[in-house]
Amino acid sequence: MRSDAEVDRIFQALADATRRDIVRRVIEREQNVTDLAGRYAMSFAAVQKHVAVLERSGLIAKRRQGREQFVRPVVDTIARARELLDELETLWRGRIARMDEILQEGN
Amino acid sequence: MPVIDTTKQATSFTIVSEFDAPIERVWQLWADPRKLERWWGPPGFPATFIRHDFAVQGKSVYYMSSEDGTPASADGSDATSYAAWRFVSIEAPRALEIDNGFSDETGEPIGDYAWNRFSVRLEPTASGTRMTVETRFATAEELAQMVGLGMLEGSVQAQSQIDAILAED
Repeated sequence: MRSDAEVDRIFQALADATRRDIVRRVIEREQNVTDLAGRYAMSFAAVQKHVAVLERSGLIAKRRQGREQFVRPVVDTIARARELLDELETLWRGRIARMDEILQEGN
Repeated sequence: MPVIDTTKQATSFTIVSEFDAPIERVWQLWADPRKLERWWGPPGFPATFIRHDFAVQGKSVYYMSSEDGTPASADGSDATSYAAWRFVSIEAPRALEIDNGFSDETGEPIGDYAWNRFSVRLEPTASGTRMTVETRFATAEELAQMVGLGMLEGSVQAQSQIDAILAED
């Protein structure tokens, strides 16, 4: 189980639209950082900073191959964030089912 | 099944449902504390609202107990855990905004827990009422607390009961 601080970093990492987009692309397949940088209207250094934030959050991992850098998803971390949201959904689905039962009782 | 849609984002969760009941009756589920306590807490851990000032800046205070009446505690100690709502806005019978968090028995926030805000919107439809609840959170820690607030103890039990209800469809 991850500590709160770790989970916190995940959500801070995902609070930015560019970083969410990077994660979406990386989940599909491993990405070359240079190719990735070419997709955004910002400097290579700026994209590298986003990648570094995502790497610290544990959402993605980087590897070097010669001069090139590649990033891939870390499935466990992404699953944990989803799991928390799933728990919240379960909670509200239960509440709504109970509300519905009360409404069906009639007056 | 009344739930028709859910949206999960990094900083919010939205759930939309439709009820075969007029808007006034759905509104009463929020306004009437005796109705509220029948659905807010998870199965087996009903919430008891000891205060429900249903007015802007008003507070509601509740605790949860197990079926034998033992108050539930968030930290596993014998102390009762209270939680509270503070009404940010109320537009009867269409909209509500509520801050929710752990509190003492007077509704004052306690500890380092962050409070979270959720909004409720009701709209009449041809056959009843559509309800949209949106919960926002800045961080995963807030999200984890929110789940903790809703579940307190007994989450495993509640989960299995909810799963049983969902499996009926």
